[in-house]
Amino acid sequence: MTIGNGRGNGVAPVKLTAKDFKSDQEVRWCPGCGDYAILSAVQGFMPSLGIPRERIVFVSGIGCSSRFPYYMNTYGMHSIHGRAPAIATGLAVTRRDLSVWVITGDGDALSIGGNHLIHALRRNVNLKILLFNNQIYGLTKGQYSPTSERGKITKSTPMGSLDHPFNPVSVALGAEATFVARSIDSDRGHLTEVLRKAAAHRGTAFVEVYQNCNIFNDGAFDELKEADTRADHQIRLEHGQPIRFGADGEKGVRLTEEARVEIVDVADVGVEGLLVHDEHRKEPSLAFMLSRLAHSTHKPTPIGVFRDVDRPVYDELMAEQLEAAAAKQGRGDLAKLLYGGDTWRLG
Amino acid sequence: MTKPVQVLDRVTIRFAGDSGDGMQLTGDRFTSETAAFGNDLSTLPDFPAEIRAPAGSIAGVSGFQLHFADHDILTPGDAPDVLVAMNPAALRANIGDLPKGATLIVNIDAFTARNLDKVGYAANPLEDGSLGDYAVHGVGLTSMTLEALKGFDISKKEAERAKNMFALGLMSWLYHRPTEATVAFLERKFAARPLIAKANVTAFKAGYNFGETTEVFAVSYEVKPAKLRPGTYRNISGNLALSYGLIAASQLSGLPLFLGAYPITPASDILHELSKHKAFGVRTFQAEDEIAGVGAALGAAFGGSLGVTTSSGPGIALKAETIGLAVSLELPLLVIDIQRSGPSTGMPTKTEQADLLQVMFGRNGEAPVPVVAACTPSDCFHAAVEAARIALKYRTPVVLLSDGYLANGSEPWLLPDVADLPEIPVAFATEPNHDGEFWPYLRDEATLARPWAVPGTPGLEHRIGGLEKADGTGNISYDPDNHDRMVRLRAAKVAGIAADIAPLEVDGQEGARLLVLGWGSTYGPIGAAIRLVRASGGKVAQAHLRHLNPFPANLGEVLRRYDKVLIPEMNLGQLRMLVRSQFLVDAIGLNRVRGLPFKAEELAGAIAGLLDEGVGT
Repeated sequence: MTIGNGRGNGVAPVKLTAKDFKSDQEVRWCPGCGDYAILSAVQGFMPSLGIPRERIVFVSGIGCSSRFPYYMNTYGMHSIHGRAPAIATGLAVTRRDLSVWVITGDGDALSIGGNHLIHALRRNVNLKILLFNNQIYGLTKGQYSPTSERGKITKSTPMGSLDHPFNPVSVALGAEATFVARSIDSDRGHLTEVLRKAAAHRGTAFVEVYQNCNIFNDGAFDELKEADTRADHQIRLEHGQPIRFGADGEKGVRLTEEARVEIVDVADVGVEGLLVHDEHRKEPSLAFMLSRLAHSTHKPTPIGVFRDVDRPVYDELMAEQLEAAAAKQGRGDLAKLLYGGDTWRLG
Repeated sequence: MTKPVQVLDRVTIRFAGDSGDGMQLTGDRFTSETAAFGNDLSTLPDFPAEIRAPAGSIAGVSGFQLHFADHDILTPGDAPDVLVAMNPAALRANIGDLPKGATLIVNIDAFTARNLDKVGYAANPLEDGSLGDYAVHGVGLTSMTLEALKGFDISKKEAERAKNMFALGLMSWLYHRPTEATVAFLERKFAARPLIAKANVTAFKAGYNFGETTEVFAVSYEVKPAKLRPGTYRNISGNLALSYGLIAASQLSGLPLFLGAYPITPASDILHELSKHKAFGVRTFQAEDEIAGVGAALGAAFGGSLGVTTSSGPGIALKAETIGLAVSLELPLLVIDIQRSGPSTGMPTKTEQADLLQVMFGRNGEAPVPVVAACTPSDCFHAAVEAARIALKYRTPVVLLSDGYLANGSEPWLLPDVADLPEIPVAFATEPNHDGEFWPYLRDEATLARPWAVPGTPGLEHRIGGLEKADGTGNISYDPDNHDRMVRLRAAKVAGIAADIAPLEVDGQEGARLLVLGWGSTYGPIGAAIRLVRASGGKVAQAHLRHLNPFPANLGEVLRRYDKVLIPEMNLGQLRMLVRSQFLVDAIGLNRVRGLPFKAEELAGAIAGLLDEGVGT
């Protein structure tokens, strides 16, 4: 029960199709919700893993996104608000033969469950965490969320919200997550590529997906998505490439002498003056700076893989300790344990 | 010259000193010597929550009480016959518990003007005659330890620290305890620092020899070995027994043990202990908080492990929502509550049994959970096995209640034969169960338990969650009748466990019209009180509950057999409330929440009082 490497391995690859991953349950998100596109992308990408369905588990918390497991024909648990990373940790460390995915939202992961998220990330348990960020509470009908911009007018903030928002990628990098990426619900090609890399990562992979809530926060990511604006707003990070964007690649990102990152015109600095993206850089500070480039999704915003580094994986280390103990002491023997202290005999 | 030896049938000794004086270690060693000698015994450690309270202060006094006898005993003793006080604070904090005529052994070196002043003694009690009711032996424990270690190349502070071993040596002589094991223990404990090991052994032996030669003690005492049931014994504390019980349950069920826990007094020792047993395949996970601890345990249970979380009252409050999820998921989960004084942070190192109603009802919705309680330190082993059996068989979270008194107290344990332990058979679902489909909520007709299909099983892929499920298929359902049915099914499943647990046994007595009913750690004090009452001619029956939810099937019938029912509890009447509401029996409460176990005398007094009122005459 504990073979494999936590990516569903240990069995021969199987050939499945997207249809195999659709459950018999009617999908009940609002018509037009960005969750449909993500579900479709995940179901479409799953067969490429070659993992049999029974080795895949989706665990979610509470919120619109957390209905996700019901629609996947795999094993799944729809748990309680914010706790999915903790529950999934218990499953992943005891069942390394499984591929365990956490589906969460901005409120679930960053408000009520913030503690579990950061600790899962720092431990580097073999989990793939997909955070659907729509910058609003949908299921409770439209209160601001921990990723909503300050001043947001909502049902609970008629004069505008007061708190400064989290940038989920910055939070993940601050927690020293070993894999951190961002994608967009409607960009199936990009999302699929990011998911593929997340699945291949050893340890915790964190993927923020910008997801449109067309009922309570419609258009939050429009500049990043619309045909006429996206070239100027999407800063697509590609490993080993200078960071460039704009319709003709006329803009870019450079590292200044004061060790800041800033957006520049390529004409001013030349391609050789641009920062070359290195997702495998051990030190997370530069990735963190990139995550701080945009303070609003209405401004140019990096997407893609911010960080992908190797670090010992929690469940592998735990398994090694168990094996080392058994090798040193021999397999546990209950009678020996009970009768092993200072004992005495009567009669 | 050999000194006269006086034979006693039982003695209660209390060691008391500063938190830094090593009183717990001293008590533990004296206990081990006593166990090896073959006495029956019971211990009560009593220490402050502060790791290093101000030296010499009342708040910093740490105590360890040990009761040992030549017959079987049930409690750590109501009041000490002997108090060893390492400083004025220890004397001041404990003198009130000492009956007249008790023996007092005092470290006179610590009775300085400054130390006396610190705890508010205007005059030295050793000199002002205020201790006239006691047999006081003033001993220069510190100075004699320093003298004994004069030739050692260690600091004065290090030498002084060995004074607890001098005291232990003296007490070992006074009560004829074997000493070899303590010497071996010290050599093992300080293996990395041979000089310190040698200094401690020297101080220990010096204390022993001082007893033999000094005129301070004219007689020594002997408590003969007890005639207990034949078998192999070891001394064990509740938390250690509980840890072993969990490992046993894992072995008996063939499921790997997973513990998710956050450190909390007085439960942390279970986490410490289980973390040593990786060779048994035990995985311990120190979680980021209490909620993650139970969450990870539930995740592990979903994957087919024996999932366990350990905590105390405040942590159990935080876990409530996840326990409710486990009720809804119908997965096995062990929730262990080592109760302590509340509310809120309360008194973390002091005992209480006031979480019963919390674990019974502290969740949203109708969320019934079986509750099992341990009654003595060694019983924690068997209670853990029983709690695991119920959880695995009925696919339900089960709460196991222990408390600070059981957790840290110890007693000799007649070791069970491993072959005699109950089997815990577990069968995972492997095949579809309904027309070629898998229905995760299609129940076993006898137990009402649902099938447990673990991820990795081909063809049984399914989704479960905290939303209400349709009976059978497990699909989300908001149907009113279905919800009513599911609520009743979950309740019936837990209630049905009553048919699968031992009936309540009554220790009756011909003509008794009063029943004393207890649960948990009051077992020892109630038993001792019953003996006292019967010895003076009172007629009284006793019964003790292992299962608090569901109750044993015969409880109602037992209650109705008696004119009066007395329920002593270390709370304000929680079992009494349950008994009254379920059986309409007007039980009488005897309630103390002092952070300490009941004294047998006070219980016996209350029982005798009820008998005097004319129960059943």
